[in-house]
Amino acid sequence: MKMNAMSRIFRFIFLPFFLLTVGFAQAQLSIEITGAGANRIPVTIVDFPGDPTASRIITSTVRADLERSGLFKLVDHGNLALDENAPINHADWKSRGADALAAGSIARSADGRLEARFRLYDTQKGVALGGAAYVTSNVQLRAAGHRIADYIYEKLTGEKGVFSTRIAYVVKARGRFLLQIADSDGQNAATALTSIEPIISPVWSPDGGRLAYVSFEKKKPVIYVHSLASGQRHIVANFKGSNSAPAWSPDGLKLAVVLSKDGFSQIYKVNADGSGLQRLTQSSGIDTEPRYSPDGGTIYFTSDRGGSPQIYQTGANGGEVRRVTFEGSYNVSPRPSPDGKSLAFISRREGRFQLAVMDLASRQVQVVSDSNKDESPSFAPNSRMILIATEIGGRGVLSAVSSDGRIKQRLTVAAGDIREPAWGPYFQ
Amino acid sequence: MKKLLIPALLSALLVGCSTTPLPEDSAGAPVESRSGGSTTVAPVVADGLDANGLPRELTDPQSKLAKRSIYFDLDKYEVKDEYKDLVASHAKYLVANKGFKVLLQGNTDERGSREYNLSLGQKRAEAVKRSLTLLGVAESQIESVSLGEEKPKNAGHDEAAWSENRRADILYKAADGRGEF
Repeated sequence: MKMNAMSRIFRFIFLPFFLLTVGFAQAQLSIEITGAGANRIPVTIVDFPGDPTASRIITSTVRADLERSGLFKLVDHGNLALDENAPINHADWKSRGADALAAGSIARSADGRLEARFRLYDTQKGVALGGAAYVTSNVQLRAAGHRIADYIYEKLTGEKGVFSTRIAYVVKARGRFLLQIADSDGQNAATALTSIEPIISPVWSPDGGRLAYVSFEKKKPVIYVHSLASGQRHIVANFKGSNSAPAWSPDGLKLAVVLSKDGFSQIYKVNADGSGLQRLTQSSGIDTEPRYSPDGGTIYFTSDRGGSPQIYQTGANGGEVRRVTFEGSYNVSPRPSPDGKSLAFISRREGRFQLAVMDLASRQVQVVSDSNKDESPSFAPNSRMILIATEIGGRGVLSAVSSDGRIKQRLTVAAGDIREPAWGPYFQ
Repeated sequence: MKKLLIPALLSALLVGCSTTPLPEDSAGAPVESRSGGSTTVAPVVADGLDANGLPRELTDPQSKLAKRSIYFDLDKYEVKDEYKDLVASHAKYLVANKGFKVLLQGNTDERGSREYNLSLGQKRAEAVKRSLTLLGVAESQIESVSLGEEKPKNAGHDEAAWSENRRADILYKAADGRGEF
């Protein structure tokens, strides 16, 4: 009955649901689960009575989300359909091994919209934990499923779910660079920018509406801010020399950027419209990869001022600089977690570039990946998972790793390399 | 005669495909008559200039100035002695031809952080810039930028490829704006 979850390798490849109808195969991400948490919560999601197609899309989205998170174990629902008001035989579900159960229904209103209702039960205690209703449409069914999965995740784990969030990343395929946006499960991939020149370092604005990134379309690195809904974009920094490594301030008004206009790479801050440039660091070497702490008071960055690349911190307006990493000769790409408790970065150890996480209170460092060419870490907004670019079999793939290293997922595209991931903020 | 006609017709076809015909072009107008644009003109390069509009001495493979790449050792940013002559030749040319500008593009191998590599490539471009300015080239003639690891000359994943990618390239632009960047 009891299985050691860690000894099993889960392989659920979520085949792109509308691959054929969209016909943009290379845009589709496949997600493979390669490691799960040790103590997964057993949960059952029964079928929702009502529109069968809509029900299938919503419940399969909820189940896939929960399973992929690595924190839940799905208990077979036996093809049973139960609405949110149906009486629940708690003892029966408990004996089948489910600690929690969600039931619901899909109703179609007169104007053609759909309403998904559900209720979550704790079968151990035999009580309802709550429920919600989401009004949705045919094209938004998966989004409703993500909202329900977020609700269940939060009720059962105590932390916010990230199933309704989006990710950005760059695909290199057939000599082109595509900046793409997809749902956190890899579905609904859309291309925000296509270029024959490289695109790197995308970062989400705190409101989730814009991306800042570096594009080489002018034969040199230039920083843009791009509004996703309108497709409008403007140049934030195109000074003499190189312009790179944008990072949003938590209030979304400013960007920390790296410019070489005064010699080597140094950190500046600039308003999101490109005005008000101000230099923040002063060194005779490289200062790059700035990132604001979630409270906006600190900037973490990479510098070679000590002879090898290490991570340092300074104030949001510059000032005193303190070294943060000391182990090893190559520690780069600092990313403070959204909860402010830890710092993810890339550390070179015996020739391998690996994802490491530092607990900021104890300064303890743990390597959490088992790959060799990790780059560009990006935290999920709930700080639990970290998305990285890495390489498997000579191909660029994305990997999501829990901050304790236990849960692992791999994201690949059918044809091409995928890199430069950026996990977006909570759905607003 | 036939030889000349075929490219002319092809060009006319290409023009026909890529543009939206205006209303007056429609009924019965001869195909050739609306193609009078530059697409049918074979480019002829006058003596002394190449297709980029740069003097032959910069692009002729026999010329020293056609050598535009400076290679660096691993984790190193100094211009090695073997490239001092090359840099000096370019400095001399730029001092004598103040209308010309150069873009110095620094590059790195693929290992490590993309953004950190961008800064390393910048260091290499800056090293070449410093060598040029020390030899009298005006700052205003030079822009040093980095392509980091993003534009590898050799797409391989071994030391042979990496050493080819640890490089700074010199790109030229003439006073009239024509050139390589």
